[in-house]
Amino acid sequence: MSHDAALDHDHHHGPDKGIMRWIYTTNHKDIGTMYLLLALVALLVGGSMAFVIRAELFQPGLQLVEPNFFNQMTTMHGLIMVFGAIMPAFVGLANWLVPMMIGAPDMALPRINNWSFWLLPFAFTMLFCTLFMDGGGPNFGWTFYAPLSTTYAPPSVTFFIFSVHIMGISSIMGAVNVIVTIFNMRAPGMTYMKMPLFVWTWLITAFLLIAVMPVLAGVVTMMLMDIHFGTSFFNAAGGGDPVMFQHVFWFFGHPEVYIMILPAFGIVSHIISTFSRKPLFGYTSMVWATSSIAVLSFIVWAHHMFTVGMPLVGELFFMYSTMLIAVPTGVKVFNWVTTMFRGSMSFETPMLFAIAFVVLFTIGGLSGLMLAIAPADFQYHDTYFVVAHFHYVLVPGALFSIMAAVYYWLPKWCGRMYHEGLGKLHFWLSFVGVNITFFPMHFVGLAGMPRRIPDYALQFADFNAIVSVGAFIFGLSQLIFVYNIYRTTIGGKGEKATDKVWDEPTGLEWEIPSPAPYHTFQEPPVIK
Amino acid sequence: MTRVGKSVVSALLLLFASFSAFAEWGLNLPTGVTKISHDVHELHMTIFYICVVIAIIVFGVMLYSIIYHRKSRGATAANFHESTVVELIWTIIPLVILIVMAIPATKTLINMYDNTNAEIDVQITGYQWKWRYTYINDNVDFFSILSTPQEQIENTQEKTENYLLEVDKPLVLPVNTKIRFLMTAEDVIHSWWVPELAVKKDTIPGFINESWTIIEEPGIYRGQCTELCGKGHGFMPIVVKAVSKEEYQTWIKAEAIAQAAAREVKEMSFDELMVQGEKIYATNCLACHQKDGSGMPPVFPALKGSKIALGDIADHIKIVLYGKPGTAMSAFAEQLSVSDVAAVVTYERNAWGNNTADFATPQSVKDIKDNK
Repeated sequence: MSHDAALDHDHHHGPDKGIMRWIYTTNHKDIGTMYLLLALVALLVGGSMAFVIRAELFQPGLQLVEPNFFNQMTTMHGLIMVFGAIMPAFVGLANWLVPMMIGAPDMALPRINNWSFWLLPFAFTMLFCTLFMDGGGPNFGWTFYAPLSTTYAPPSVTFFIFSVHIMGISSIMGAVNVIVTIFNMRAPGMTYMKMPLFVWTWLITAFLLIAVMPVLAGVVTMMLMDIHFGTSFFNAAGGGDPVMFQHVFWFFGHPEVYIMILPAFGIVSHIISTFSRKPLFGYTSMVWATSSIAVLSFIVWAHHMFTVGMPLVGELFFMYSTMLIAVPTGVKVFNWVTTMFRGSMSFETPMLFAIAFVVLFTIGGLSGLMLAIAPADFQYHDTYFVVAHFHYVLVPGALFSIMAAVYYWLPKWCGRMYHEGLGKLHFWLSFVGVNITFFPMHFVGLAGMPRRIPDYALQFADFNAIVSVGAFIFGLSQLIFVYNIYRTTIGGKGEKATDKVWDEPTGLEWEIPSPAPYHTFQEPPVIK
Repeated sequence: MTRVGKSVVSALLLLFASFSAFAEWGLNLPTGVTKISHDVHELHMTIFYICVVIAIIVFGVMLYSIIYHRKSRGATAANFHESTVVELIWTIIPLVILIVMAIPATKTLINMYDNTNAEIDVQITGYQWKWRYTYINDNVDFFSILSTPQEQIENTQEKTENYLLEVDKPLVLPVNTKIRFLMTAEDVIHSWWVPELAVKKDTIPGFINESWTIIEEPGIYRGQCTELCGKGHGFMPIVVKAVSKEEYQTWIKAEAIAQAAAREVKEMSFDELMVQGEKIYATNCLACHQKDGSGMPPVFPALKGSKIALGDIADHIKIVLYGKPGTAMSAFAEQLSVSDVAAVVTYERNAWGNNTADFATPQSVKDIKDNK
């Protein structure tokens, strides 16, 4: 009898058993884990699509797929990586870390948290299934410019629109949750200017999400109306305006780009400081720089559209405002470098990824500065130079920061150290692979290869072969990452992690035991 | 320090050397053949070198810290973490660099937007998946279509030098003449780009964009569509043939006469229609409806055994002439002469086992066109 009572006691304070734990859970740690797993699956699915693209482009001529399927692969690769891998991974990290970093017991709206996760698997299943529909899946690029995505789209576009709507609802609820949590649940004494940078960057990201996801929902709804209800928002023959689509899309799209990089700024700030054994240089300026990047992100959108034939003043305005972004971004990079300067650095896997982030993100930022020069952008626009640019900020940028974060906090999450040797191997293969893949793209772009083509002229052949080899090295080396996580978590191998895990890291998450108990900070800590 | 410093410097020199080598290999932006393209190239190189210098400084400091301030060397961490002066310095210096960069960029941009005083106007219209060039002041108007054989794309034939960058009829332009391009599209958005001219502008249905060029050297300049426009996006190249002014005058007069002749209605036998029809089908229809007429349903319907190809011939001709609104089927009335339409309709009604044995005559197509 007393034995049963003990079990009952456990039941109330620990997680449910079996699948129901994951379906019903309102625990921020469980939900964080699910988001991260979803992101990992999406990364592998989106990565396989990149394999199809790179295999086809390995040599000139059409070998493996026909052009329509190729376009579906480029489109789905983009959509899945942006909405399925990078964004959910950051939301997963926010779920795990924000409450632990601000000393809160959980997210402020746990049931909404559960729902905003569980919408996603359905949204992505629907999106993925379009590939098997009559006429194939979305084939109009992840930017889905009208009228290619309306009048000329395959029938499956309707399902694409609904899945974007569902993802949008999920993102908005997630963002509301983050904001409410940070505003209301900080431990006593934690003022805004004492918040860890990851919390700051996520707070700003959440505002960006709330501002722009409705715009995305608006633009896909206008598409839906054009396709099914006879409106002509984007149909020139009916008095509509195809360029308006691009304005609305990029008003969402540019802040979206920062949604995918601001949390990364927070992550590397923590990691660089920890492994340099030195406080972050310029905390206050980091907060201001992040905020100014966020504000500027709303007035630069048309630099994606320099070639649509805007009036000269429009062109000049967007050129100047875009160049201005380089200033706060530069401040951040300089702060990171100064944090390392005269530190006492060591190079565990998270630090390797963070350093690679700073170097390669800076390269992506500098090519972004080149792209901001409108007259030069006419030559770069829609070539592989652009493909190189945004992959440099998204892959060794956003994705590397996520991997750095996983290596950095995994010991705290599961209580065991990952395999350092495998981690380093994963890093070096990724680092080499990513550069072999994306660096030569600058050259083929400048030499004149347009993006989104399934076949190319002969002078681009050598570099494309190299790029494809790099892509396969990079892609396959991610299996080491997957194995390392499996080995540490489910496999239960690896030495036990201490509560601090690293040498004197700062932050409340290091004050609690490793692995972090199911419920933390039920009594709020007091910050001096 | 010195040894490491030396090797860093020599590595950088090597990098620069290889960049100039790349330029010869055609892996940098082409310098081009117009004043604007030279200006753009200069802007590109300037901003590139600025970026290289910034990168050297930033990565240099980083590399120095990584080498000398590492724990394994016994480095102890300093504790400085704030300096408003330093923050201000590295806010202001980049700002100054940006302003310096913005001045030449603005000048070039203003130049590029000066469309006045053009001597020749050419309208460029993007179609899925070909370009149409209309010389507005002369009676010349034609389509320019990829001429690389399908066999090369499918790897059954060896690829030739200008694989995917060759067309049946290039855009012929005179040198040293200001030419204004008026750009629009018929179906979806395309983008017309010739790197050597530094002209890239989207062609958008319902809009007319303007751009201009003055080509300084005769030659053949190749480009491609740069806005995703459907499955034939990679297969609609641009070829510009720049010739002397005299040569241009001779060409445009001859072309106007030849085009007027082609508009005449002539008598054609069934066999002639079939032979010409197969050619027209290959360049205009095959990409969607496929070589064997099987199409790619549901977006691109089959012609083999289809209701239209086997049904009333007048309806069949009308679809080819006027397209089907709301679908990918575009109107060919402007693109094909009446004899071409008659030929392709005849071919579609008698190929792949569609043996209707009836055929369209150029006159019957003209009658349907005139009754519109």
